[in-house]
Amino acid sequence: MREISTRTITDKVRELCIKAAYDLPEDVEVLLKQGLEKEESDFGKYSLDKIIKNVSLARHDHVPMCQDTGITVILVRLGQQVKIVGGSMTEAINEGVRQGYTDGYLRKSVVADPLLNRVNTGDNTPAVIHTEVVEGDALHIQILPKGAGSENMGAVKMCKPSEGMDGVMDFIVDSVTNAGGNPCPPIIVGVGIGGTMDQCTLLAKKALARHAGSAHPEPGYAEMEQQLLERINRLGIGPQGFGGRVTALAVHIETFPTHIAMLPVCVTLNCHAARHTEATL
Amino acid sequence: MAEQKALTIPLTYDQVKGLRAGDLVTITGTIYTARDAAHKNMTEALSAGEALPMNITDQVIYYAGPTPAKPGRVIGSCGPTTSGRMDAYSPTLLAEGLRGMIGKGPRSPEVIEAMKQHGAVYFAAVGGAAAVISDSITKVDVVAYEELGPEAIRKMEVVDYPCVVAIDSFGNDLYKLGVEKYKQTEPTT
Repeated sequence: MREISTRTITDKVRELCIKAAYDLPEDVEVLLKQGLEKEESDFGKYSLDKIIKNVSLARHDHVPMCQDTGITVILVRLGQQVKIVGGSMTEAINEGVRQGYTDGYLRKSVVADPLLNRVNTGDNTPAVIHTEVVEGDALHIQILPKGAGSENMGAVKMCKPSEGMDGVMDFIVDSVTNAGGNPCPPIIVGVGIGGTMDQCTLLAKKALARHAGSAHPEPGYAEMEQQLLERINRLGIGPQGFGGRVTALAVHIETFPTHIAMLPVCVTLNCHAARHTEATL
Repeated sequence: MAEQKALTIPLTYDQVKGLRAGDLVTITGTIYTARDAAHKNMTEALSAGEALPMNITDQVIYYAGPTPAKPGRVIGSCGPTTSGRMDAYSPTLLAEGLRGMIGKGPRSPEVIEAMKQHGAVYFAAVGGAAAVISDSITKVDVVAYEELGPEAIRKMEVVDYPCVVAIDSFGNDLYKLGVEKYKQTEPTT
């Protein structure tokens, strides 16, 4: 067994939360710059130009690129040879979020109860933590601060298997059409296909965690990602919804086997501030 | 693109009538931040016959909840939030004399109708460009609902804050016009 202390986990989560808010990963920035070259609309170019300048300023001044520093989604891959020492892993992660959002001057956007008591918890906890136990002796932590503007525009559909490729593609494109200018385009589209209703939503989130613009390893899905990107960019929504060619920067699909009678599909959207950081302990 | 028009607050009916969807503007003067919970509080106050925490006649509300200011700074990052969540409350505030709103994303037909009826304008700032936007803000004070934290109403002095007229007082809507212009039909195979 390899021991990892809760203190080490807290420190790393704290660091990753702050880095995610200030420093947009290069994979997304490259796609934004390519988008500016492709964009034809004046308002689209105006918006992309401001977005790209904002990325540089936030990184240089160590300030959040967006005021919505999100609810903190954390994907954990815990090696089964790891022994966590010093307390609870969940509490260690939440303590890291608490410290990161406080010390990094990030906005605390979490309310204690969704319906009965919408009072701000004051420290952005609890985080939404998904843990997967894997082989090995490493602890991998990936952080996706998720803003509400884009998260609110996601959709799930339990398609019929008979709807097939066309039905799934139409649902994904229709979801982006309905979202329009709300999710702060240009967006990254995360798609989960298969599993059960709950699993396809997690697959969609994992799709957003991928290196932006990377292709699915299976050629059939890679082609579907490309076709979806082209269809979405013909919608005309454009940067910020002001009209233009660049509505999405990338479409990522993740899949899982499913039941003979099911075809679940989830579409989750990320704004252009597609923040994701990760570390392996 | 069109030249930028410089606007100052208070925003008058006549100023608003001169604006068209797609105009680039800069805003200088005092504006108020308010988002979901503050809008709920304000409309509840009005229906209870109470006064609003500030006079909104000819004023502009900015849908925003900033990050905390770092030491030595006036404010943290302060970009616009999604305006659609305020659609349920906006017609009530427009009837009270609110002249302008700043946010991001489309508005409902009910809000656009109220804007036409009362002579109001909706500006869009670039969502997610929050660090750049903060450079236009020179002074900030919480004026109401401090307990709401990032959702408190803040009075802000802004200088040359850049926005786009997204929906004008005649109902012209850049979110519809722009998308129609660039929408392409599916290629036939």
